[in-house]
Amino acid sequence: MADMTPEAAWAAAMAYKNRPNPYPFFDELRKTPVVHVGGGLYVVTGYRELLALAHDPRISSDTRRLKARRDGVEGNVSEYGEHGTMINSDPPEHDRMRRQAMRHFGPPDSPYVIADMEPLIQKLCNDSLDKIKASGKRRFDVVDDYGYPVPVAVICKLLGVPMEDEPKFHVWVHDFMAGIMDVGPDMNTEEGKARHERGVTSAEAFANYTAGLIQGYLKKPTDCMFSKLVNEDGPDGPMSVREANINANLLLIAGHDSTVNTISNCVMCMLRTPGCLELLKSRPDLIPGAIEEALRMQASVQFFPSRSATHDIEIGGTVIPKGSPVHLMYGAANRDPLRFPNPNTFDPARQDNQHFGWGSGIHTCFGGPLARLEVNIAFETFLRRVENPRLVCDPPPYRQSNVFRGPEHLLIDVDGIRN
Amino acid sequence: MSTSALVADAVSSFKANGRIVIVGASLAGLRAAEALRDEGFAGKLTLIGDEKREPYDRPPLSKQVLKGWVPADHTMLPRSREIDAEWHLGIAATGLDRKTKNVRLANGDLIPYDRLLIATGVRSRPWFNKEEAKLKGLFTIRTSDDAEALQKALAAKPKRVLIIGAGFIGSEMASVCRELKLEVTVAERADAPLIGALGGVIGKIAAEMQRDHGVDLRTGVSVEKLEGDAARHVRRAKLSDGTTLDVDVVVASLGSLRNVEWLEGAGLATGFWGVGCDAGCRAFDINGVVTDSIFVAGDIARAPHVLYEYQFMSAEHWDNAVIGARVAAHNMVSLEPDRRPHLLVPQFWSGQFGVNIKGTGVQSFGDEVVITQGSVKERRFAAAYGKRGRIVGAVTFNHGKWLEYYTALIEKSAPFPPPSPGYDVPTDTKPVPAEFPDVRAPTELPTVVLTGHDPTDRGAAFAPARRR
Repeated sequence: MADMTPEAAWAAAMAYKNRPNPYPFFDELRKTPVVHVGGGLYVVTGYRELLALAHDPRISSDTRRLKARRDGVEGNVSEYGEHGTMINSDPPEHDRMRRQAMRHFGPPDSPYVIADMEPLIQKLCNDSLDKIKASGKRRFDVVDDYGYPVPVAVICKLLGVPMEDEPKFHVWVHDFMAGIMDVGPDMNTEEGKARHERGVTSAEAFANYTAGLIQGYLKKPTDCMFSKLVNEDGPDGPMSVREANINANLLLIAGHDSTVNTISNCVMCMLRTPGCLELLKSRPDLIPGAIEEALRMQASVQFFPSRSATHDIEIGGTVIPKGSPVHLMYGAANRDPLRFPNPNTFDPARQDNQHFGWGSGIHTCFGGPLARLEVNIAFETFLRRVENPRLVCDPPPYRQSNVFRGPEHLLIDVDGIRN
Repeated sequence: MSTSALVADAVSSFKANGRIVIVGASLAGLRAAEALRDEGFAGKLTLIGDEKREPYDRPPLSKQVLKGWVPADHTMLPRSREIDAEWHLGIAATGLDRKTKNVRLANGDLIPYDRLLIATGVRSRPWFNKEEAKLKGLFTIRTSDDAEALQKALAAKPKRVLIIGAGFIGSEMASVCRELKLEVTVAERADAPLIGALGGVIGKIAAEMQRDHGVDLRTGVSVEKLEGDAARHVRRAKLSDGTTLDVDVVVASLGSLRNVEWLEGAGLATGFWGVGCDAGCRAFDINGVVTDSIFVAGDIARAPHVLYEYQFMSAEHWDNAVIGARVAAHNMVSLEPDRRPHLLVPQFWSGQFGVNIKGTGVQSFGDEVVITQGSVKERRFAAAYGKRGRIVGAVTFNHGKWLEYYTALIEKSAPFPPPSPGYDVPTDTKPVPAEFPDVRAPTELPTVVLTGHDPTDRGAAFAPARRR
C-alpha cells in the first residue's frame, strides 16, 4: 500500500469488501492527518486534529449548508437531514433541542430515568439467554439473539414506541442504514443505487411512523419521553411538533442501533484476544474498561457525515477550504499511534483511554449514559452465563453501512448457558 | 562503575529505601502519594495533615453540601490505589529543619525525610476584627467542618444571610442561599462579583445573574462592623453604604491565605503568594536557588509559567493540585533528564444560579475580553481574554463543551481576537477592555534584604513584616 493515493485509500476504507478491517487504509490516510480525498471532501484521521476540529466553532454540523453547495459533493448524506435534528444542526438550535430532550432523560431534571432502567435491562439480558438455553442450541447469534433484543426493548419503553411495531421499523432502519448510511463507492453500483432507493422509501415511511406517534401523544399524553417532548413545559418550552418529529426519529434509531454494534464488538474483541475471556471472568472490575477499549478499537459510529468548514481552517499542515465537507473519522483517530501505544492491541486494562467512540464536543453521544449501562449489564451477564464461547467465523459478516459499522451476525459456539 | 550507572543505581536505591514525607493530606498530598507508588517508590512514605479527616474533596462543600444534598463527611476523595503510608492526621507540621532534614510536628515529634513535598495549601482568610470573629453565626468555609456547621446554620432558616466577598466561593454560596429560598445580601468591595478572576465586563454579567435570582447584591460596599446579641450571636452588620442589616448568618468569603507559617526559618522562598518553585515543582530557597530535595504542589506552589512571560503564578484550582502532584511525584523519584515540567493551562469550574462557569488559561493576565460565541443575554456564551494580540484565557457560561477549543488556542498563543465562529455569532464581537481592578497593593509582605559581603556568605534574609 506504499504508494496509495489518499483518494484510493479512502475508497478502499469505505468499500464494503473492507468493512471487516478498514484500519490499514485509515493508517494509510493518517500519513496526512487531515487530507483531501477527492470531490472536495476532507477526512480527519489524526487524534489531535480530530479533537481540535470536534471543538472548533468553525466546523458546522448543519447538513443544510452542504445541500446549498451546487457542486454536489460526494460522500455526504443528503436525504438524512432535510431539517436539522440535533445531530445535524448547530448552536443555538442544536443546544436548545438537546436541552429540550435532555430534560426528560438525564440530570438534573430527570436524574433517575436511566438508572431506573437497570432492572429491565437485566431482565431482558437474562430472558434472551434463558430463551437460548431453553432451545438447547449450542450455537447462537450474538447480534440477533442477544445484542439486538435488549436495546430495542429498552428504547421502546423509554421513548414510548409500541414493541409490536418493532418488526415494521426494524426493516425501515435496516434499509435506511444500508441505503443511506453507506457513503462509500458501493453506493454507485446498481445494487447500491437500488439500496439507496429502498433507503429513501423506508426513511420516508419511518419518518411518517414516528410523526404519527408524536401526533398520538399530542392528543393523549403519557409518561414516555416522546410524549414529554411535545407536552411538557420547561425553560425552552416544549419542542415544536416539526422538530419533535425528526428528533423522535433520530432518538429511536440512534437509541438502539449503535448499542447493538457495541455489544457485538465487545464480545468479538474479547474472543479475538487470547486469554481475555478468562481475564474478564476473573476480574469483572475490568469490564467497564474493556467496553471502552472495544469502543476505541471498533467505534460503533465510525464517523458522521454531516460536518463542513464554515471558514478556511488550517490544521495538521492542511488548509480545509471554506464550505468543504469534513469527516471526523473516530474509528481511525482511535488507532492513532501518536495517541495510543499499541493501537491495534485490545487491552482491557488500558489506561488513559480517551477515545472517540462516543464522539467529542457538543455532539457527544446523547444516549451514551444509557448505552454504557446497557452494554455493561449485557456484557457482564454474557460473561457470567455463557459457557466457553468461541467465534464461529472471523471476521463475521458485516452490515452494509460504513457509518454505523458492526457485524450483521456474530455466530458463537458455546458449551451451554449457566443459570 | 560509569557515572550513568552510578546515577541509575542511586535512583533505584532511593526508590527502594528512601524516605518521603508529604506535608498536607488533601487533594495534592494524596494524589502525590498515589503517584509516588505508581512511579515505583517502595520506600517509607509519610503523610502529615492538620485535619483529622482522611483526604476529602472540597469543591462540593460550597455547593452540594451546603444545599444539604450530601453530608459534609461524605466527600472523601476516591483512592486510585493503596499507598501503604504512615499517616499523621490531626497533627499540624510546625517546623522544617533543612539541615537535619526533619519535619517537626505540633506534638514535638520529628519526622525525618530524604525528600519532602510541601502541599499545605491555603486556609480561608479570617474576619479582620478578632473580637467580632468570635461571634456565633459568623462562618468561613474551607474545611468539611466549616461546611457542616454552615449547612446546619442555613438549614435553620435564618432570616437573612450576609455574604462578605463575591469571589467564586461567595457567589456559589449566594446561589445556594437562593436555592434554599433564604434572603441573602452579598457585600463586595469591588465593583462586581468575580471581578478579580474574570474582570469587570464578565463581572457585570455575574452581577446580573445574582440580582435576577433575588440576591441583594451591593458592590463597592464593605462591611465595617458586626454586632452580636447578649449571647454573642451575630445579629447586625454595619455597611459602608450607611445601612445596617439584621442578619443571623454571616459568611466571610475573603479569599485565602497560604499556609506557609510552619516554614518560617526554613530558608525557603516563602511568602504571601506561597512557596516559590521551578516548573518542575522544586522549591527555591530564600536566595532563589533551586533545592534538590524539597518539592511543592497544589495551591501553595508558585512557579514561573512559560505561557505567561515566565511570571510566577499559583493556581488555586483542582486540576493544578492533581496534575502538579503527579509531576512533583515523578520528579521526586527521577533525575535529570527524566524530570518533567508542570506546564498546565489552568482550568476551573463553578456552578452558580443555574449556570455552569468554566475557565481555561489565566484570564486576569489579559487586558482585553471579547464575547466569542453564544448569547450573553441567554447566559450561554464563551469569552476570550487577550493581551498584546495573543489569547491568554477564556471563560464559558453554560458553554463548557467549547473549552477545549480555547485551551488549544491558549497553548498555541494564538492571535487575539480568535476567528469568529461559523454560527451562533454574538451580537457584539468587538474586544473591549477586560476591566480588571488594579492589582491590590500587597499587604503584610515581609521584606527581603540582602546580607553578607563575601561572595561565599552573601544571601537573602527576611526582615520582619511592616504593616502599611
